[in-house]
Parts: sequence; structure tokens; C-alpha cells
Amino acid sequence: MRDLRTVALAVAWRNAHNYFTNPAMIIPGMLFPLFFFTAFAGGLSRVNSIPGFGFESGYTAFVYGFVLLQASAFGGVFTGFSVARDFESGFARRLLLAASNRTGVIIGYWMAALVRAVFTIGVITAVAFVSGMEVGGGGLDLVGLYTLALLVNAGAVLFAAGVAMRLRTMQAGPAMQVPVFLLIFIAPVWVPLGLLSGWVHTAATVNPMTLMLDANRSLIAGAPDKVGLAFLAAAGLAAALWLWALTGLRSAERAG
Amino acid sequence: MSSAVALQVGHLARRSVVRTLRQPAMVVPSLFFPLILLSVNSGGLESATNLPGFPTDTYLDFALAVTFVQGALFSANSAGTNVANDIESGFLKRLSLTPLRRTALLVGQLSGVVTLGLIQAVTFLIAGLVAGAGIEAGFAGALVIVALALLISLGFGTIGAFVALRTGSGEAVQGIFPLLFAALFLSSVSLPRDLIQTDWFRTVATYNPVSYMLEAIRSLILTGWDGEALALGFACAGGVALVALVAASAALRTAMVRT
Repeated sequence: MRDLRTVALAVAWRNAHNYFTNPAMIIPGMLFPLFFFTAFAGGLSRVNSIPGFGFESGYTAFVYGFVLLQASAFGGVFTGFSVARDFESGFARRLLLAASNRTGVIIGYWMAALVRAVFTIGVITAVAFVSGMEVGGGGLDLVGLYTLALLVNAGAVLFAAGVAMRLRTMQAGPAMQVPVFLLIFIAPVWVPLGLLSGWVHTAATVNPMTLMLDANRSLIAGAPDKVGLAFLAAAGLAAALWLWALTGLRSAERAG
Repeated sequence: MSSAVALQVGHLARRSVVRTLRQPAMVVPSLFFPLILLSVNSGGLESATNLPGFPTDTYLDFALAVTFVQGALFSANSAGTNVANDIESGFLKRLSLTPLRRTALLVGQLSGVVTLGLIQAVTFLIAGLVAGAGIEAGFAGALVIVALALLISLGFGTIGAFVALRTGSGEAVQGIFPLLFAALFLSSVSLPRDLIQTDWFRTVATYNPVSYMLEAIRSLILTGWDGEALALGFACAGGVALVALVAASAALRTAMVRT
């Protein structure tokens, strides 16, 4: 257990240090959620007046719910890029040789993703409040809101790490990014599920991200709805992706 | 253009076109992503057509214009990366030892991006029509859309080439992508300008030349022939291309002197 903790903390510290000392890593992870928040909350706010929209906390809060999940998920995906970079540079091979508990490597990357997500979420939340976001939820709702976001972050980093450890090259970037991008965008991003149409409505209905997004928004509005189900889906996804990451690690070990 | 310059342009243009088309990693995302976003937006924002004053009753028609500009953003990446590779591999240095004209080098390098722009424009038009969009200005309007899309691709592609020539770095070229992406999203990309509710956003969109490029293409799709929208669209796209060409030419001069 002590070995696991030592390895995890070392990997997490190295990745967090690299992140905070390298603007090329901070900027994309920060820029895109901020940018989506600005573009959607500013450019699409009129959508709030479409009949049937019905989100009382306003369009800024509605978009914040999406951007929060997007930032969390992409915080995980970008950490996956770091895993791929470590394999490409040869660092990860040396790490696997030196680590007394290799499961700690995955936990370390997950902790690094958590640090990245908390930092990004903090900045986005500050910007959202400055731009006049109204939150109807109380303290417990907000704890639920951010815990759910961090569960999504865990799922994303475990997925991306699993891909990175199997392919062990930076060229695996699209394989990590595109599925997460599609999962997030084929959901009620701009309007509630009931106002989506065509194939997007059908896909969003079965997309687990819809459940998480709706629960997130209900917590912001202070009217929790299907929160337990959303937590179950997020935790279940993270558990399945833990196995995916672990088998990815075994694949990397076999590759030597 | 003298025959010598024409020959130089021809050789470099052929190299640029072949090199661009041989890289599926450049061609495929530039076609795939705009179409995916078109498909998602069409379903996701269809209800926006219920807003009073929305110019059409199908969001697909409204959003189709975005694919052309989005595709052009990928052109900036493609052109810039190719030029940066030439600098990093020393190809530009070897060229500087030959009597090659700068104009020929720049025009030749940008041919690949214009070809990519043509493939994109035709693909997006066909995809839009197959999905059920209509072009109010008819076949001639479709040709004008392709011409404008090529001009926009040339403009953004030249910006990519300029950054590559100034920095000599492929990473710097990748770095401008978020900025161009921001220019697209801070425009009338999702709603017509008069329906944008947030004042500051509407002001930014009004000063953003990308809004006029979108509105020119959109006018041909939604309303037919609108001289003002087309004049503004071509002026903005041409202006961006001209400024970028002058800047890239100056950067190329400096880059050739340095070598």
C-alpha cells in the first residue's frame, strides 16, 4: 500500500509540475472551455426565450453546466496526452521499470488529471460568476455538482490513459479526443433534450452524458433531478474505464 | 507573368498540391469535423428557428455556411505546417540558392491550400444538398459560394504561411488555430447578428470580418442574390487575403535573407 502511494504521488507531482510550468499545456486546457463558455453564453443567450426552454437560472448557468463537464472531461483527455508523451519519450518505460507498484502509475496520472480539472474549473467558475451567473442550488447541491464533474474527469483520464498505454504514441491523440468530443457534443449542449430534433435527439436520449448534464443543471438550479442515477452512471463508467486503463497498463508492460 | 516564373510556380504548385493530398491526416479532419459539427448543430439548434425573426425554418440551411469557413480554418493549419516543415527540413535554404522568385514560391506554396479549399467546398455543397439544404441563388449561386470559399481558404491559408515564415515552427502554427477558432465563434456563427442578445457579443460579431464572410455565403443559400452581403463578404475575405499576402511576402523576404 505504501509503494502504491509513493509511486502515485511521484507520478502526480511530476505531471502537475509539468502542467503548471508549461504554458503550452495550461493554455489549450483553459482556453477551450472558456471559449465555449463565452461563445455559447454570449452568442446564444436568446435561445433561452424559445418556448419550452424553461431553465430558470438563466442561459449562462445552463451553459456553465455543459462547460463544467467539458472542462472536466478534457482535463482528463489532455492528461492522456501526457501519458502518450511519456511513452514516446521513453520516460514511461523507465518509470515502469522503477515503479515498485505499477497500479500507482495509473492512480498518479488520475491524481494529476484531478489537479488540472480543479484548477480549470476554478478559473471557469470565477469567470462565470463575474459574468453574472445565477445559482439556485445550495451548498449540498454544489458539492454534488463538482463531485459529479470530478467523476467525469476520472472516467475521461482512465479512458485516455488506456488508449495512450495501448498505442504509446502522441499520434493516438485523435483516438483519445474524438470519442470524448462526440460523447459530449451529442448531448443537450445548447437546449434541453426536449428541444433537440432528428438523430441528435435519438442519440442524446441514450447518451449517458445527457443524464450527467441534466443532473448537473438541476443541481445548479437547486432542483435536483435524477442525480442518483447520474452518479451511478458516472461511477459505473469510471469503474469500467479503470479496468480499461489497467489492461492498457498490462499491454504496455508486455510491450516492454 | 514571364514563362520562367510560370514554370517555377507550376513546379512548386504541383509539389504543394501533391504534398497536401498525400497527407490524409490533413485532408480527412478538414472534411470530417465541419460535417460532424453541421450535423450536430442542425439537430441541436433546430429549435432556434422558432425565434421570431429567424431567417429560415431549417437550421441546416443556416448552418451550412459555417462549414466553408470552418474548413478554411483547417487550411491555415495545413499551409502553415507545410511551410514550417520546409523551413525545418532546410528545403527553403536550398531554394534560396536557386534563382527562384519569391512570388513563385509563395503562390506555389499556397496552391495546395487552394486545392484543399476546392475539395472542401465541393464536398460541403454536395453534403448539404444531400442532407436537404437548398441554395436559393441556384447553380450560379453555388459557383459563387465555391469562389468565396476559395478566397477565404486563401486568406486563412496565407495567415498560416505567414506565421510559419515568421517563426519557422510547426508548433507556432498549431498555436494560432485556437485564435482562428475564436474568430469563427465570436461571429454570427450560431445566430443572425440582430438576434444576438448580449450587447458586447453583438458588437464583437459586428466588427468581426468572419461574420460578413458567413453572411455572404448564407445570403446565397437563404435569400438568393444580395449585392450588399456579397460585396461585404468578398471585401472582407479579399481584405484578409491581401493583408496576409503582403505580410507573408515580407516575412518570406526576411526568411530568405536570413538563410
